[in-house]
Amino acid sequence: MATGMTLMKQIYMGCTSALALGLAMALPAGAADMLTELGAGEGSVSIVAWPGYIERGETDPAFDWVTKFEAATSCKVEVKTANTSDEMVALMNEGGFDLVTASGDASLRLIAGKRLQPVNVDLIPSWSRVDDRLKDAPWHTVDGMHYGTPFMWGPNVLMYNTEAFPEAPTSWDVVFKEMDLPDGKSNKGRVQAYDGPIYIADAAMYLMAHQPELGIKSPYELNEDQYAAALDLLRGQRTLVSRYWHDAFIQIDDFKNEGVVASSSWPFQVNLLQADSAKVASVIPEEGATGWADTLMLHADSEHPNCAYMFMEHSLNSNLQSDLSVWFGAVPSVPEACTDGSGMQNAEGCATNGLGDFERINFWRTPVSKCDSQGTCVPYYRWVSDYIGVIGGR
Amino acid sequence: MSAISPAIFAPRSGPLSRAVDWVIRHPRMFVFLMVLPITLWLGIVYIGALIALLIQSFFSIDEYSGLIVHEFTLKTYAELFRSYNLDIIIRTVSMAAAVTLASAVIAFPIAYFAARYARGKWKALFYIGVMLPLWSSYLVKVYAWKLVLAKEGILNWLFAKLHLTWALEAALALPVVGGNSLSVSYLGTFIVFVYIWLPYMIIPVQAALERVPAPLLEAAADLGATPGQSFRMVLFPLAMPGIVAGSIFTFSLTLGDYIIPQIIGSSRLFIGQAVYTQQGTAGNIPLAAAFTVVPIVIMGLYLWGARKMGAFDAL
Repeated sequence: MATGMTLMKQIYMGCTSALALGLAMALPAGAADMLTELGAGEGSVSIVAWPGYIERGETDPAFDWVTKFEAATSCKVEVKTANTSDEMVALMNEGGFDLVTASGDASLRLIAGKRLQPVNVDLIPSWSRVDDRLKDAPWHTVDGMHYGTPFMWGPNVLMYNTEAFPEAPTSWDVVFKEMDLPDGKSNKGRVQAYDGPIYIADAAMYLMAHQPELGIKSPYELNEDQYAAALDLLRGQRTLVSRYWHDAFIQIDDFKNEGVVASSSWPFQVNLLQADSAKVASVIPEEGATGWADTLMLHADSEHPNCAYMFMEHSLNSNLQSDLSVWFGAVPSVPEACTDGSGMQNAEGCATNGLGDFERINFWRTPVSKCDSQGTCVPYYRWVSDYIGVIGGR
Repeated sequence: MSAISPAIFAPRSGPLSRAVDWVIRHPRMFVFLMVLPITLWLGIVYIGALIALLIQSFFSIDEYSGLIVHEFTLKTYAELFRSYNLDIIIRTVSMAAAVTLASAVIAFPIAYFAARYARGKWKALFYIGVMLPLWSSYLVKVYAWKLVLAKEGILNWLFAKLHLTWALEAALALPVVGGNSLSVSYLGTFIVFVYIWLPYMIIPVQAALERVPAPLLEAAADLGATPGQSFRMVLFPLAMPGIVAGSIFTFSLTLGDYIIPQIIGSSRLFIGQAVYTQQGTAGNIPLAAAFTVVPIVIMGLYLWGARKMGAFDAL
């Protein structure tokens, strides 16, 4: 029965997407053309964001960058939080959202999947305020088109216990090589590493400084030999690491109760631990650091593009940049936000969060097989299975 | 004399009445309509989803572009046999087996006491004691255990107070299962798994023991059996279906769990986590599907064996 077959097929499709296997299906193609002029607001805007990114004063009354926007534009802001870049990609693929605060390891995937529309920066008056170093960043600019406005960025710092290290460690050595720490005890079992395949880039970045003969140009673009060397370094690290960190709050607990004294981390954990008067501090060692840079990006099928453009403008020209950088321990994409008194941030706070370290940060990107620096590179797919192998002891 | 009403009524008018009449006159159709919703539910939502999953596992991922190739291949299943993936399967199955065995050993005396000796108030207390942990949030329990087992946690403190730190250190020095502290070793993962799944073992074992007639044990004693003999030859075989039923829960729940090993343990992956990572992070859905087939096959074999041992009589 022909209709029966179609029905079965539809049901099959239904089942697969219900199981979140729908990713395998080809996505409908066709990006919308970018807006040429702004109209009136549509009444609402929905945003996929990292937890803590869109605050309306409900967590802490002092941190609110939504209420004013809603009052001024009558666009009601709806937020859906996502915990990983992959969740963000999945939500955007599902559709029904206008904006997303995507990191560099998600943004290019979204652009390649035609989930985003280019943004007409002429419609955003405050575009000129954006940090010049971020305006044409490769994680949101493809073929000269901007697919969003820079939002926040920050480094993956080396967090350390100040009792074990009276002086800040100068190198990532302390988490990669077995050694005695300044407190006289070995670092074995007392250091942590990030439980995500993107951490292979941290190892590659360490090798850039310590084994220049490998010729690594970017930690996200590795040929077979460079990749093998990075994996070897990580296999050595496995013998030092008792548990890899995945959840920020578990890492906080491990620094408090598990005797961990050094690990790659985010300023977020450092701030929370220091607020709890734990003896920790953070540093960007001599090799540099990996980092994240998030972009506010517009969905291809956005139903509220005018409100979305208004929010992008708002994100660059309000207390958002300044207050959010304090709240999240990040660096504003608008340098003026550090000094113009629009919020709580000041020059010193921006410096602590890494404003001056931009050149030393290798921002997260999805490793792809066709790479600029050397033709063919090891793609992300292999990073995942090999990192599983490394953690499993292979 | 009034008119006799006819034995067979004339067909009523109206589509609804006609439909009702038709169904009443075709009893088989009536049964068909009754089971249709259930069949559709089982067939589409349950079996259909499984089939959709199975089909995915016969696709493969293109190693260079990372795109999924929608062509039949067994390549993905071959990948399961790569050393690091095989490790994940062996690790999960061994953990499930160890957890099941330990749960059975711990559950048996508790269930025996509840079935034979606990009466009235004590019986109520037993049920509350076993069920209460099931009412609280699973995540809260696991996070609580993380604190209990931490290097600077309460258990270490207790061992130190009892001057037993040497015993704990000896256990943690064991190869493979040991580690830097209980919370980062297989030993810790094992303890938490046993704690979380134990009630699922106690209840069926207790149900099976309730059904063993006390006179059987008395008769065994009268005939000269030592307590050990009556346990081996009377009680244990009769309780076996209950133990097997409980083991289905503990074994399959351990096989599929991906939360506990993520919070407590050495970060080495279990099957559930591998599925999550491959599906979510890597976008390698064929491999995730192939990994999902592993517990299905293992549980299929396990249930087939359990049925032979009469486990389903005790459910």
